[in-house]
Order: sequence, then C-alpha cells, then structure tokens
Amino acid sequence: MSGIFVWIDHFRGKALPASWEAISAAQTLGGEITALVFGSGIGNLITLAFHYGAHKVIACEDATLADYRLEPYAALLTKLVKEHMPRAVLSGATTRGRELMAAAAAETESALLPDVTELSVDGAAIKAVHPAYAGKVLSDLAAMTPTVFITLRSRAFPLPTPDVSRSGEVINIAPAMPAEQIATQVEAFEEQRGSVNLTDAAIIVTGGRAVGSAEGFAPIRELAEVLGGAVGATRAAVDAGYIPYAHQVGQTGKVVSPNLYIAAGVSGSIQHQAGMRTSKIIVAINKDPEAPIFKIAHYGIVGDLFKVVPALTAAARAKLGK
Amino acid sequence: MAHIVVFTRNTPDTAAKVEVGANGAVTWGTAQLVLNPWDEYSVTEAVLQRDAHKGKATVISIGGEVHTDALKQALAIGMDQAIRIDSDAEHDALTFAMLAAAAIRKLGDVSLVIFGKEFVDSNSDAHIYMTARKLGWNAIGAVSKILALDFGAQTIRVERMIEEGKQVLSTRLPCVISVLKDINEPKSPSFIGIRKASKATIPVWTAADLGVSIGAPVVQISAYRNLPVRSGTCQIIEGSSDQEKAEKLIDILLKEKAL
Repeated sequence: MSGIFVWIDHFRGKALPASWEAISAAQTLGGEITALVFGSGIGNLITLAFHYGAHKVIACEDATLADYRLEPYAALLTKLVKEHMPRAVLSGATTRGRELMAAAAAETESALLPDVTELSVDGAAIKAVHPAYAGKVLSDLAAMTPTVFITLRSRAFPLPTPDVSRSGEVINIAPAMPAEQIATQVEAFEEQRGSVNLTDAAIIVTGGRAVGSAEGFAPIRELAEVLGGAVGATRAAVDAGYIPYAHQVGQTGKVVSPNLYIAAGVSGSIQHQAGMRTSKIIVAINKDPEAPIFKIAHYGIVGDLFKVVPALTAAARAKLGK
Repeated sequence: MAHIVVFTRNTPDTAAKVEVGANGAVTWGTAQLVLNPWDEYSVTEAVLQRDAHKGKATVISIGGEVHTDALKQALAIGMDQAIRIDSDAEHDALTFAMLAAAAIRKLGDVSLVIFGKEFVDSNSDAHIYMTARKLGWNAIGAVSKILALDFGAQTIRVERMIEEGKQVLSTRLPCVISVLKDINEPKSPSFIGIRKASKATIPVWTAADLGVSIGAPVVQISAYRNLPVRSGTCQIIEGSSDQEKAEKLIDILLKEKAL
C-alpha cells in the first residue's frame, strides 16, 4: 500500500497538460510516482512521463487501447489497482479522466475525490478541496479508503518543469480485456475548429450577449489569436446562436481558470462567474460601468467592445511584435 | 423494452447566491430549489426518446422528500412515472451508485439511463459512472446527440464532445449516458403535464426495500467554506481615447506577465 499512480490522458499520442499537472499533484502526496500510459504509439509519452517527474512507467501498448474506450481502460486500471494497491490514483479532471477514475473507484469500492483544487495528506486520510454548489462555495473532503482516486481541476496544480535527463524503469503489460468483449466502437472523429482547449488555455477572450451576432465574434477571435488564447462565450451568446456550445463558460458550460480572462460585453451574471472567477487576472470591457463583472475584475475599460477590443488587438500586436 | 430512466434532484436555482453561514451550513437565502439545471436536458431527452420509441420514461430521486418538486417538474415535462428513494444516511457518490443500481435492477426492464452532465450541488459527475459500473453496464459521458437508438437490436450510436472535438461512438444497450446542453431544446412543463404531476402519487422506496445496506460514506465532507474574498477593487483604465486605454492595459498586462 504505497506509491502513487498517475494516469496519463492523451488523444492519439498527445497528452493533455492536466496529465503532467497530475504529476505535480502526486508529488504533494509523497512516495514513488508511477505513470500509467495506455494506448498505441505511446513511446514518446513514456519518455515525456519521465521528463515530467514519473519514477516508473507502467505501459500497455495495444491496438484495443488506441482510442480511449471506458470498458478496456477501466478493466485494465482496475486490475492494476487490485494488484499494486497504490495509495492514490490521480488523473486530470478531463472528460476521459472523470469517467475512468469514477468507474475504477466503483469497481474497487474506493473513495473518489472529484475535481480537486488542493490536496494534502493527514495521517491515514487524503484531504482535498473541491468547489461545490457550481463553484460558489468550497468543500473540504477527506477520503479514508486504502486507495483513493482523485481527479484534478485543470490548471490548479503547476505544470512541472521537464527535465530531459530523467528516465526510469518501464514495465510493459498486456491489456485486460480481449477485443471481442469490447462493445464500444469509435466510428468517427471531427476535430474542433480553433483547437485551443478552454480548460487548458492560459488566456481566454470571452464575448457576451453584447457581441450581437456570429460576425460580432470576429474581433474577439482576432484578439484571442494575437494573444495565443482561446475564445469563450457566455450562455446568452451561445443561446442566441452566435457561437457553438463548446465555447460556453459558466455554470452550464466549462469551468476555466486561465492566467488572463478578458470579458468583453459580458455583464457577469452569477452563473457566468461560477465558471471563471478563479482566473488569475480578470479584465472587463463593458459599456455599463455598473455591470457586475467590474465587481470581480482586476482591470476594466468602460467602453464599446467593438472599439476597445480592436484597439487592444492593435496595441498587443505592436507591443508583442506580431 | 424501451424503458428509460433519469435520475434527478432538487438543487438551488442557478441564480441563487450560495454561501456558508456562521453555523457552517450551506445556505441560499430565499432562492428556490429547482430541478438540477443539467437535468432539464436529460429529462427532455428521455421524453423525446420515449415518444420516438413508444416506451416508458421513469424519473427517480435519491435523498428525501426535498426532491419531490424536482420529480413533479420532470413529470410535468412528460415523464411517465416518478419514484422517490428516501435515505437519511449521508451520501457520497458511491452510496448513490449502489442505491441507483439497485433501483434499476428492481425496475427490471430498463435499457437506458440518462443523466444530466452533473449535479450542481455536489458539483460532480462521479455518481454517473459509478452507477454504470455497479450495474455492470457501459457508460458514455458528454453525449451531444443520440444519432441512433434501437431497443430491438439493443444498440445506441451517439456523438460525444471531448476536449479535442466530436466523436461518434456506438455501443450495446443497456448503458448509461450523460448528456450535454447541446442535445436538445429543453421542454417546459405543459398545462396538462402540471395537472397530471400534481395528481401523481409518487411511491417511496427505502434502502431496505432495495436490499442495500448503507455504511459510512467513503468520502466525508468535513466542512464547507466561502470562497476567499478577492482583495482590492477593479482598476478602471482611464484615457483620452480607446487606443490610449488599450495601450495602457496591454502595458499593465505585460508587466503582470499575463501575456
């Protein structure tokens, strides 16, 4: 009963940053860190896992694991946990990570600490902070089972500095579920346009209802592009059909925590705040100086977003030399 | 049988200001409790699929009497029957999953369980995948569209949203899915629905009825806390033109190493 497992979530060999952040989180628990790398064509990920701080890698290279599917992944993770009895199993709170950790926790009757922003050890208990009530309050959780599954909110833990000189022991294992037992088939995939993932983004530029139309998002997109950020939207802008739901930030959208959040034409409803208030620096651009967004913003410009946002784009271009 | 189940609960209204009071309890003032916001989509999808497949749609809550309104709301939107599972014990996701799986087994003929993306009070979706595993069923989360559903052949084909884009997956029934906001336009309760719901009798099952013995929760909530108050006020950038304001702001952000 020792050691920490970190499951490396990746898509076609490209890891989500939350997976490496999980290695930072594992370091706060102490003990040997074993990265679990499942998939096909995972050689590079194994190398990276050591660079980011894993002491050991358990690798399962198999065609049945090429695309993530819950059944074979959960079967394999459950088997490994039963064999090794790690103190904790960590993953980013990604779409796949949340499914897989909960499934394996249920299979092993283990506690699951979901969507965690802080982590500590207190004797036999692992303690965590988890935002509850749509992020409006914090809950302090304690888990006592021999193995504890933990999903970590993106960007809550630092990305470790990679050390390219590091390497270690790789244990290669076989999959736990034969191909013919797997009912799920991945039939197609369509990549998201402008593929900056909101939950991983360091900079987000968000447009609200005041953007007024689908075309109105053009200046927002342009600023995001110059800053190397992602485009967010409020529920009002999504419901009005200006932009797809994948961009929605807030209580019924994504919860984000970038270094810089620029809210343009966003009033700042309590539901929207629930999705972005942990951003490090919040900038509000709004015509209405009384808009609630200014109450949580660090910097504000009172003005018309269609004038201010292009001015910001021009200023950023000039000063960043782009 | 085209029997679809949705699990729901009452949660504070999304516009509610939720705080931790001096006694450590979570409060939401005079704000109303409503159907968990994500479940507007799961309930609507269950009703739409029930209509398309001439099946049956059941809504279930786990907890206590506090969830009755959510069940009635779901009935008013069009669910056929509601069941309330009462349990006083402190719940974590694993306990929820044991009760939910036992209820599905008791119903006997369920092929599809639809959850909303998460419960906004626990702020988690772990109970969804745990319920699936306790049933020994497969689960697919973050479904944005049901592309095909065949209760005869026991297959389902869905589109799901992952971080990288959209995937099309097919799997066998029975299974558990969670649905996102993209999946439908939520139905409002109809006049007839509201009348039907007000007259409905909602059977109450207990953990003992389901043969589930509830132990201590494996995850304990030791305390709730308010969010740290953000110090300082908003610095409004002044200037004679938008250009000047923009330049000042970019300079500040560069100094703060935010860019």
